[in-house]
Amino acid sequence: MKTAGAGNEVALKNLAAAVALDATATRASLRRLWRLKWGVAAAVVILMIVGSAVLAPWVATHDPLSVNIRNRLAPPAWMDGGTPRHLLGTDQVGRDLLSRVIYGGRISLAVGTSAVLISASIGVLMGLGAGYFGSRVDWTIMTLVNVMLTFPFVLLALAVIAVLGPSLMNMIIVLGVADWPLYTRVIRAETMALREREFILAGRALGMSHLRIMFRQIFPNLVSLIVVIATLQVARVIILESFLSFLGLGIQPPTPAWGNMLGEGRLYMLNSWWIAAFPGLAIFVTTLAINLMGNALRDWLDPHMKL
Amino acid sequence: MRRYLFRQLVQLAVVVVGISILAFAILHVLGDPVLLLLPQNAGKEEFERYRKLLGLDQPLYVQYWKFSSGALQGDFGKSWYADTPAFRLVLERMPPTIYLTLAGLLVALLIALPLGILAALKRHSFVDTLCTAVAVAGQAMPIFWLGIMLIIIFAVQFRALPASGYGTWKHFLMPAFTLGAFLAPITMRLVRSGVIEVMNMEYIKTARAKGVGERMVVAKHAFRNACIPVITVLGLQFGQLLGGAIVTETVFAWPGVATLTVESIRNQDFPVVQCAVVLLALIIVAVNFIVDMIVGFIDPRIRVGA
Repeated sequence: MKTAGAGNEVALKNLAAAVALDATATRASLRRLWRLKWGVAAAVVILMIVGSAVLAPWVATHDPLSVNIRNRLAPPAWMDGGTPRHLLGTDQVGRDLLSRVIYGGRISLAVGTSAVLISASIGVLMGLGAGYFGSRVDWTIMTLVNVMLTFPFVLLALAVIAVLGPSLMNMIIVLGVADWPLYTRVIRAETMALREREFILAGRALGMSHLRIMFRQIFPNLVSLIVVIATLQVARVIILESFLSFLGLGIQPPTPAWGNMLGEGRLYMLNSWWIAAFPGLAIFVTTLAINLMGNALRDWLDPHMKL
Repeated sequence: MRRYLFRQLVQLAVVVVGISILAFAILHVLGDPVLLLLPQNAGKEEFERYRKLLGLDQPLYVQYWKFSSGALQGDFGKSWYADTPAFRLVLERMPPTIYLTLAGLLVALLIALPLGILAALKRHSFVDTLCTAVAVAGQAMPIFWLGIMLIIIFAVQFRALPASGYGTWKHFLMPAFTLGAFLAPITMRLVRSGVIEVMNMEYIKTARAKGVGERMVVAKHAFRNACIPVITVLGLQFGQLLGGAIVTETVFAWPGVATLTVESIRNQDFPVVQCAVVLLALIIVAVNFIVDMIVGFIDPRIRVGA
């Protein structure tokens, strides 16, 4: 009886300790989440933007291409002469601005993510190769990286688009191919550091092939780094895509894209500021949210990450 | 120092050759100049005639040799549109671009230096948080939108500043601020981390221990040493800065190289595009080289270590 009671007591103590531990653990993770509050808020905003872009046909109140000349240049709803039918007003041919901004998000997000997928793949492969093999491979790749980094990204994209001609596909390819050196530089440095570690040596001793070591031993260590860079790069690519479209070298009107709406709106800014203002605001909010989430992601995955 | 100089010069030469190959490849490998030059309904003989005329029937390496040896002498061919040498057209537009870049750099430093130092000295204070917030927002800001918003506010609403063009100091204000706002966030972050790192150094403790006033410690001991990383990275950022200048120029119709490039792209005037791309890249390489030299000169650790 006594021993059983003692056992119970111990069990109870353990349970209490476990509960207490659990509570502190919960509190700790809550505290961590609170520290990342901006990142979490940003993630919610991004979810909303992505959601409205994907569900655009259901979310948007109007057809983004339907012209209504009678209703052209209507101001936003809260201004004199605005109507609740067009919350953000209408553009130069009477298309609903809010619907166009929602549809425009599709282009920016699609271009941003696909270009980043391309550039991350190229950049990571190059960086792994340069860092792992060193010597001549390293020299060749890094010379290429230095040449590419010398060109301003904008200039390179402009020159290539000028030759290939503007289209959605060309833009994704150009932005994807122009943006890889950044990944390569970071991945190369990390790979060089990892290459010297014991577990790589062990892998070699076990007779692993170079490819296996690169992809099964080194690569998993770099995943969080790659995720963070790629997230931040999506924002950069979206800005650049908008700029190209703004110049008329990207997505062609009447297809709504934030950049070309901004470019068209510029012509009407003397008396209808909203046409240029809202698409730009959409770009700003999106890139801001992506940057905040990227920073939070970095802190969450690895606070010591050098980026 | 001499070995360092030599190594840097070799690297410089390689990068310059790489730039020429890239500029050549964009036009001649990705696209076909004749296809871009002639109307689509031109006959087959016409295409062949032009191909011969422009020397495009020769093997690629011969064409590249012609292009690069011409480029070395400042000969990028005649503009297809204006019938003047492309080199001269681009050179004429260079000064406004350089002035804009310098003005932007000045604005960026005026914003970034005081804020960065203040944020570093008062870590986790209100100023620091404010600086971080401004930096994060600034980095997400598409500067062409910022430029347009400035025009809407200051040129359209208040009629205080000219919306576009070039000439007086008033024309400089908005473009310089736009470009400065583009470069300031990253510079501010660098200044902040540079100063923080230096303030933890032993010699700062020494300076304080021997009774140097706090203001003197910051101004003389900390700031000067924090300058090195800032100069290096500003040099590396120069390409970014020029990229930002390209964007700014197109927003404010600034008569620089970038507006010329965009016009030339619209006119399919490739010699000019090629020339502008090569010259801008060369300027960036030259600036990077000079910055490397300066930093290597100031800080002997770099020229030995690198």
